[in-house]
Amino acid sequence: MAQTLLQVEDLHTQFFTSRGVVRAVDGVSLHIDVGETLGVVGESGCGKTITALSILRLVPDPGKIVSGRILFRGNDVVKMDDDEIRDFRGNDVAMIFQDPMTSLNPVTRIGSQIEEAMTAHKRFTPEQAKSRVIELLTRVRVPSAETRAKDYPHQFSGGMRQRAMIAMGLANEPSLLIADEPTTALDVTVQAQIIQLMKQLNRELGTAMMLITHNMALVASLCQRVVVMYAGRVVEEGPVEQIFKSPQHPYTWSLLRSVPRVDEARKDRLVSIKGLPPDLSNPPPGCKFHPRCPFVIDRCRVEEPPLGEVGPDQVARCWVLMRNVSEGDVATAKQSSISVAAAENLKAPVADIGTKSGS
Amino acid sequence: MMQAPEKAPLTTVAADPIILRVQDVYKHFPIAGFGGLAVRAVDGVDLEIRRGEALGLVGESGCGKSTLARLITALLPVTRGKIIFEGQEITKMRGGRLRRMRRKMQMIFQDPFASLDPRMTVGDIIQEPLDNYGIGSGKARQRRVQELLRLVGLNPNFTNRYPHEFSGGQRQRIGIARALAVNPSFIVCDEAVSALDVSIQAQIINLLQDLQREFNLTYLFIAHDLAVVRHLSDRIAVMYLGKIVETAGRNDIYDHPQHPYTRALLSSIPVPDPVVERTRAPILLKGEIPSPVNPPSGCRFHTRCPIARVPGICSEQEPPLEPHGQRDQLAACHFAGEK
Amino acid sequence: MALAAPALEQAVDWEVAEQQIGLWQDAWHRFRRNRLAVLGAGLVLFLILVAFLSPLLVHFHLIWNPGTQDVANIEVGPAQAGHPLGSDELGRDTLSRLMFGSRISLSVGILVQGIILPIGMAIGLAAGYFGGRIDNLLMRFTDIWYAFPDLIFVLVLVSVFGPSLLTIFGAIALVNWVGLARLVRGQVLAIKEKEYIEAARSSGSAPLKLILKHLLPNALGPIIVTVVFGIPSAIFLEAVLSFLGVGIQPPTPTWGQMVFDGYEAIYANPSAVVLPALAIGFTLLSFSFIGDGLRDALDPRMKR
Repeated sequence: MAQTLLQVEDLHTQFFTSRGVVRAVDGVSLHIDVGETLGVVGESGCGKTITALSILRLVPDPGKIVSGRILFRGNDVVKMDDDEIRDFRGNDVAMIFQDPMTSLNPVTRIGSQIEEAMTAHKRFTPEQAKSRVIELLTRVRVPSAETRAKDYPHQFSGGMRQRAMIAMGLANEPSLLIADEPTTALDVTVQAQIIQLMKQLNRELGTAMMLITHNMALVASLCQRVVVMYAGRVVEEGPVEQIFKSPQHPYTWSLLRSVPRVDEARKDRLVSIKGLPPDLSNPPPGCKFHPRCPFVIDRCRVEEPPLGEVGPDQVARCWVLMRNVSEGDVATAKQSSISVAAAENLKAPVADIGTKSGS
Repeated sequence: MMQAPEKAPLTTVAADPIILRVQDVYKHFPIAGFGGLAVRAVDGVDLEIRRGEALGLVGESGCGKSTLARLITALLPVTRGKIIFEGQEITKMRGGRLRRMRRKMQMIFQDPFASLDPRMTVGDIIQEPLDNYGIGSGKARQRRVQELLRLVGLNPNFTNRYPHEFSGGQRQRIGIARALAVNPSFIVCDEAVSALDVSIQAQIINLLQDLQREFNLTYLFIAHDLAVVRHLSDRIAVMYLGKIVETAGRNDIYDHPQHPYTRALLSSIPVPDPVVERTRAPILLKGEIPSPVNPPSGCRFHTRCPIARVPGICSEQEPPLEPHGQRDQLAACHFAGEK
Repeated sequence: MALAAPALEQAVDWEVAEQQIGLWQDAWHRFRRNRLAVLGAGLVLFLILVAFLSPLLVHFHLIWNPGTQDVANIEVGPAQAGHPLGSDELGRDTLSRLMFGSRISLSVGILVQGIILPIGMAIGLAAGYFGGRIDNLLMRFTDIWYAFPDLIFVLVLVSVFGPSLLTIFGAIALVNWVGLARLVRGQVLAIKEKEYIEAARSSGSAPLKLILKHLLPNALGPIIVTVVFGIPSAIFLEAVLSFLGVGIQPPTPTWGQMVFDGYEAIYANPSAVVLPALAIGFTLLSFSFIGDGLRDALDPRMKR
């Protein structure tokens, strides 16, 4: 049985703004096992990044962890004092971000920055740190690491910078690496290189990883388990194969069918989710997804469903569940959406518009 | 009622079946203070777009696809070469003639937050092209603006709102409404969905497809995401470092890629299916795209190419874009089709 | 066409989250929240009121005529012999001279900006919009202009053309337009690259329309801020000129001149120096506060 590394229990993180309390993370529970790769997916504003920042206790103002527990190897991160949290951030977890340029100091050499990350936490002596820099850069496949370590961040390309960031993240041999959209800013061929690198590192070092992304394909490629978030809540969770084969929450289903696949000829329209994600300072009653859900029933509007078991290791927060949705309803959800009347009116040659009396 | 999965057959037009020809077009941006040096963003491109088709143009950042879009829409002057739109050479047009030509050719931009003037109301933004071409009376223009809003799925009473009140997806719809205002025949979409969230992206992709069918539009669809391009296009052109390296039908390009870059690009894109993903191995390219200031000799891809003969023909001789593989497929590679 | 009509309503986005407010209105709301800026605006309004009312107050004998020499009461302190703020070495009433001095200071500040605005905008717009050789030419000209030391330049102009009100306004304007021209050029260069300008071009807008309808309105915020910040610097320059004796000539009272006149007797009668100095100081501060407030209010990045 796998050992649990991180356990988040009923986490609530809220932002206290002039326009009201924004419930960015609203009762999230999840866990990551030792050596496991967990994907956290959802659209922007669903709370996935704030969950990660909460784990590191780096929630920006005016946000606060209001309640919940974050147990890392049994110790509650929420209750740690300043020394402990610094130690935790330096030695146990590391985070890499979407844009490596903002997290690298532009006036310090790459090598020195990685060195600093090691010596700051007293894990290594300065001498050890120096030799480890080359080792780390080689490990993340930076070619001619010895000379590149002396470069400044602007001399690195986007992909190389992300490699340097990963090297820095791995510097103190953390047991958990949190990666927030690590490849979104990169080109496809470079993205493939980084994905490959992360796979290899996970295999070689056994570092557990929490991958935060909106890209379902990335999750399919890298993760073993996936958590789907919507409006600050977990709406579905389970093993990757199962979730992709039979998603039970309509949101997960829509997300999977809203992206075209490069390996398939076009045969179907994409599923689009109508409307916008809710305002988290004033979320809708009942199921948070019901205003956008194509399969909504009356109960969804008044009562929020619990996270219920829907398969082996798979849970979903839905009253309906996709297995109960009829083919016909699915077909309707995929239909065209443009206004026929408006289109007909607009088809008149533009020169005639002045003389036409309109609809 | 279910709609046909494929686009309905086009009504045959008596006019030239090629709506736009790009002939040996170059765009070099001189670097100030480095006498003679230039960023060779577009470096000898030939391309034809057929009336009623959606042509996808893919490539990674810096390959010159956005510059090419701006040359085609005459937002930038070419350094050399000809662009012929509906039989007229637009590369020679200036002033009023150019403005009149633009009526048939509109553009949808990448960033829904930067492409709408923040100081104008939505109504004014959509109405601007109508005003510019003096189309219809004031009343008729306003009515048309409302119809356009309804067409793209927005409330027609939003005309006096400002762009900042809308979400990214809604703003992109406003941009689409503006592009459609003057009934253009050709629309260039420059990364029109890449800045949007996935669910919103699907809304816009569906809308673009519906509009194409409804108005018989010709699209040039530019994106870095091959999956989106394959979904939206009939034919796909792949660009690398200022040149087109391959063009083919959307299925041929995936099933029988001829150029090693196309093959690498296709294999690099993860598929949202863990079972398939386990069996796929991406062709990893060495390094990153070289600088367009000083592109490699011979075939520009030879520095990263897994099958290049270097030193040899690949580093010495530039391969022409010629028929290879399937019907209607062109590739610029000395060893096209080899793995 | 096989379009499914019933599905229409479900995908339609009828709602927008935020309420409808214009951008200028929005800026006004933000300005009002800045207390210092509101205080500054209040002070400036008060000053404008004083400037307009002081002749009237003299007419009704509520204050002294600023030119009247009360020879019996020379250099008296505040609240003595009917001089609420004392009198100067010629027996002129300090309060009334301060009030009349505001007329010069305000008109220097505001009118000079009126001269700077068209010069700076025209040069900046032309350089930024046309770019290339025109830009190069105009900007080198601006650089050369900028290289002259301000004060010497003004002194030369004033000594050549004589210290009339018009020369002084003109001279101050001539040394101050450079900053605005550079700012306008920078703004235009930045905005020109925006996608909405490309969008306007590709939907057939002519160059003049681009400038008037898209470039200018979007550049207006920083221009307003610069102009407001320009007011105190013009006021200050005029005060310096008057202090040096080449500004507005006596007997017209100006604050700078009052400091100059009073400063010889600074120990005997400190209020004659301190009060006009304070008036200059508070006016400068007020305009700076307004400028700060406007900068925050008009900055698009501050948009919620």
